[in-house]
Amino acid sequence: MVSDTLLVSTRKGLFTVPRRGRQWEIAAVDFLGDNVTIALTDRRDGSRYAALDHGHFGVKLHRAAGNGWEEIAAPVYPPKPEGYEEHDMWGRPLNWSTARIWALAAGGPDEPGVIWCGTLPGGLFRSADRGQSWDMVRSLWDHPKRKQWMGGGADLPGIHSICVDPRNSKRMWVAVSTGGIWFTEDGGASWNLRGEGMRAEYVPPEQTHDPIAQDVHCLAQCRAAPQRMWVQHHNGIFVSSDEGKTFTEVTHVEPSAFGFPVVVHPREPDTAWFVPEIKDEKRIPREGKLVVIRTRNGGKSFDVLTKGLPQSHAYDVVYRHALALDASGERLAFGSTTGGLWVSDDQGDSWTCVTHTLPPVYAVHFA
Amino acid sequence: MAKVVFTPNIQRHVALPEAEASGRTVRDVLEAVFADHPQARGYVLDDQSGLRKHMTIFVDGRMIRDRARLTDAVNESSTVFVFQALSGG
Repeated sequence: MVSDTLLVSTRKGLFTVPRRGRQWEIAAVDFLGDNVTIALTDRRDGSRYAALDHGHFGVKLHRAAGNGWEEIAAPVYPPKPEGYEEHDMWGRPLNWSTARIWALAAGGPDEPGVIWCGTLPGGLFRSADRGQSWDMVRSLWDHPKRKQWMGGGADLPGIHSICVDPRNSKRMWVAVSTGGIWFTEDGGASWNLRGEGMRAEYVPPEQTHDPIAQDVHCLAQCRAAPQRMWVQHHNGIFVSSDEGKTFTEVTHVEPSAFGFPVVVHPREPDTAWFVPEIKDEKRIPREGKLVVIRTRNGGKSFDVLTKGLPQSHAYDVVYRHALALDASGERLAFGSTTGGLWVSDDQGDSWTCVTHTLPPVYAVHFA
Repeated sequence: MAKVVFTPNIQRHVALPEAEASGRTVRDVLEAVFADHPQARGYVLDDQSGLRKHMTIFVDGRMIRDRARLTDAVNESSTVFVFQALSGG
């Protein structure tokens, strides 16, 4: 259950970091020099996937094969109907073309080979053949409310979180920045907007509580108690005990309730971790002290975890996919925009710096 | 046959040697090349088959005008350069 290998996706390559003895060491660098936006190990069959953004040459997807990688199909948006016009929040024509792969998730245990992929500008894709081919989930893309999605973490809207119900693979939640939380219980044939109770201060008052106006930064679900969902939101931290139908805001969070990632313990729904930044207009750790915060009681209180983390002049930002918890619930790791990588073997009580000279880290994943 | 030359930087990802292709438009010529190199298509064109945002194409020294449909004319003696635009950083 304890994982001994990290995949670290960075602006300049994919780093494989195994634990050797008591040390974590960089053992391999793939795609050196290229922008790796996210990586996935499918625990059902051991397949590894890496998403690349080549800028000029577009978004690509690779799967590990033998000792190397092979390029497989990337999600492709369907042809835009002739004469159809759609504009983004800036009034520019919205190009129906994959601008970034922002989420990769394995399907359920009863669906071998099924992979889900969330993209910018908002398309959700499903592969039934380990990424050899992809189908866009048209029911979500064509949903009339999808056009209300807006840019948040990027200029374009995107799907960054995909939670497949461990009890039933047909049930799934996806989260959009910005566009709230969407739920299907028929494998993606139909969708409903969830997330009552979340609050957005940054929109006009009449939209503050509108579920579609919510900028969810990250959505996490407890495996053993899937009714429990945690959200790190642009506006703070929210928790749900009814599968995301309703959320309660967690208040009095120190040093801050702003941040990007959240992970939840696989068996203890009240235990979750966050990495706070001062707030939205000042995205740096408070007082230059890099900390992780942990609740063990559903958000009533938090431990501020500092042991082994820099406590002066640290300006690390931890992106939404860059905090990881292994399947045992004991081991954590996170990477930062300033190239730091830290690991904890004791649920965050103490941390070890693996390196602080990586390229900007986009995603950290236990293989 | 028009001559088609691809930026050296693309070769790291997908081998695209200089090619000769016939056609009356940039679209015709590129599709002829991609028929032999299908994996290269997505490196040059986006999901709607338009030219990628940060790519550019010159025909006989002139930048093409129609980036969406690629209807700029090509003749038998043309040279088509497929390059990165500096705008991509």
